[in-house]
Amino acid sequence: MNLSQHLIIAPILIPLVTGALLLLIDERQRTAKALVGLGSTLLLFVVALGLFRFAASIDGPDAAQQGVYLLGNWAAPFGIVLVVDRLSALMLMLSSTLAIAALIFALARWHTAGAHFHSLYQFLLMGLNGAFLTGDLFNLFVFFEVMLAASYGLLLHGSGLLRVKAGLHYIAVNLAAALLFLIGVSLIYGVTGTLNMADLAVRVSTVGPEQRMLLEAGAGILGVAFLIKAGMWPLNFWLPPAYTAASAPVAGIFAIMSKVGIYVVLRLSLLVFGHDSSPSSGFGLHVLLIGGLATIAFGAIGVLASQALGRLAGFSVLVSSGTLLTAIGMGNVGITTGALFYLASSTLTISAFFMLIELVERGQDAGASVLAVTMEAYGDADPDEEEQEGDLGFAMPGTMAVLGICFAACGILLAGLPPLSGFVAKFAMLSAMLNPIGGDTTAAVPGFVWFVVFLVILSGLSALIAMTRSGIRTFWASMEGTEPRVLVIEVAPVFLLIAATLYLTVQAGPVMRFMDDTTRALSAPQQYIEAVFNARRAGVPGTEVQP
Amino acid sequence: MEFILSLGIGVMTGSGVWLILRPRTYQVIIGLSLLSYAVNLFIFGVGGLKVNAPAILQEGVDISAYTDPVPQALVLTAIVIGFATTALFLVVLLAARGLTGTDHVDGREQP
Repeated sequence: MNLSQHLIIAPILIPLVTGALLLLIDERQRTAKALVGLGSTLLLFVVALGLFRFAASIDGPDAAQQGVYLLGNWAAPFGIVLVVDRLSALMLMLSSTLAIAALIFALARWHTAGAHFHSLYQFLLMGLNGAFLTGDLFNLFVFFEVMLAASYGLLLHGSGLLRVKAGLHYIAVNLAAALLFLIGVSLIYGVTGTLNMADLAVRVSTVGPEQRMLLEAGAGILGVAFLIKAGMWPLNFWLPPAYTAASAPVAGIFAIMSKVGIYVVLRLSLLVFGHDSSPSSGFGLHVLLIGGLATIAFGAIGVLASQALGRLAGFSVLVSSGTLLTAIGMGNVGITTGALFYLASSTLTISAFFMLIELVERGQDAGASVLAVTMEAYGDADPDEEEQEGDLGFAMPGTMAVLGICFAACGILLAGLPPLSGFVAKFAMLSAMLNPIGGDTTAAVPGFVWFVVFLVILSGLSALIAMTRSGIRTFWASMEGTEPRVLVIEVAPVFLLIAATLYLTVQAGPVMRFMDDTTRALSAPQQYIEAVFNARRAGVPGTEVQP
Repeated sequence: MEFILSLGIGVMTGSGVWLILRPRTYQVIIGLSLLSYAVNLFIFGVGGLKVNAPAILQEGVDISAYTDPVPQALVLTAIVIGFATTALFLVVLLAARGLTGTDHVDGREQP
């Protein structure tokens, strides 16, 4: 165990210590708080990058042991372990990228809207990173609760009637989900006698037939808790109002929270129910598939029906979740590879979109209020003045042009049109669906797969229609709107996230190879299991020479 | 003993589920509390029921004389976390009551 191995726990420790330190700094010293928070987030990004490079270099059974960190120096399965593999590293990278973007956005003005924004933000990051890194079911529960407790505070940040009302529903639903989580975990513990994920994967195939029903019931209940988080229909009615009500930077970081549910479902379903030999192999995949399809349909209809941009983004989260669940539910290596690419692309897009919406709507609100004042002062606006304003409206102001370009980019990404990464992701998934790896290439594609392809494309079309409609209404038709006062620091994060999707597009080859390696590692859980069990304890000479 | 425990879990779960489906915020929070008690008892139960058995291992005593310590540790954690989140929910509940002027979960009375 060398120093660089302690890097694995850094994504949990850095935000924890920073969040606690920030509590000690007086609320009035905003600059100090902002700098400390930003410094921690940047450091987190560097650590995530280091872990990402490390995970990408993992190859062969021996090297993988280095990705396991024994907390408390107890050998698995007795102690709690942290495990970094390609999937965790990918999620860490995503969360730290979003964290930087959303925090910079918040520094413009949102972080002053209420108390303890920075501390809550750091604790949210701690919960997220912990959930991605842990290799223990109960520890996962604890990190989930840390993340949720911080998210309750952040959702209410800025206060107001709308947020409190949405927050009340959000908290009630998530508290109930936490109880389901506990029931599921304890049922699984009761049957298998372990909470360690790797140990669980080994013991699942040895469970007798009379206990198997209990185990599957436990896994099912646990799955419901994650699917509530991921937003699968019909467990997702809380999601659009909550995400819409949240302040823009908070919604920006919430974009990854629904992906935590997806991450856990993907990890556990492949690790625990991925063996071909086990009788429970492929447990629950059809539920994910059907639920995912229903979620896509629900999300697509919601996107079309949304009047406000915020709701449109909220339903886009559902479309994204639904597509991912469907892809996981199809249980094919090639489709999962495409789904991972889609996960990265859609998370970045939705986060950028949430922040962009606030900037765009600021212009509309200002325009509407100015117009209202004019009407009050002058009575009915006289026709000459109206004409003059109409003339002005044709010249698109600089800010609106920048926002318009970002908006168009988000629209293209959400709809999955070329040339951006949304297209690459959907193309990878759809082509894998039509030519499944390991399947008979000459056989006709089953009608069911055509239905999935149809629905995924239809959801893209509905996003395109909705985005075009609101784009026209916002950027071309709002002649009376004044130019919104937007700071560079607010547009920069949106640019940063869109640039990240551009990077995904340009580097699609290497990224896709990484995703392919990730899926291969996930679908061969033996390596993960061996890595956890063979992890060397520190300071114990006898175990150092273990093969 | 098994009967009493399962009856306790069942009654609390039943009442809890009924209460969280009620329209008043206070009923919802009591329902959530009852549910969390039921879940805590349930976790405690999965370790197997034993009376007067120690949880800490000692040299030379048969392993079957012990009770499983893991569910006890889990219950402790679950209680603490449940406490914290319930307290937080209570604050939001009061804020909602203050802002909307009603204790209906939707923030407005049904017509």
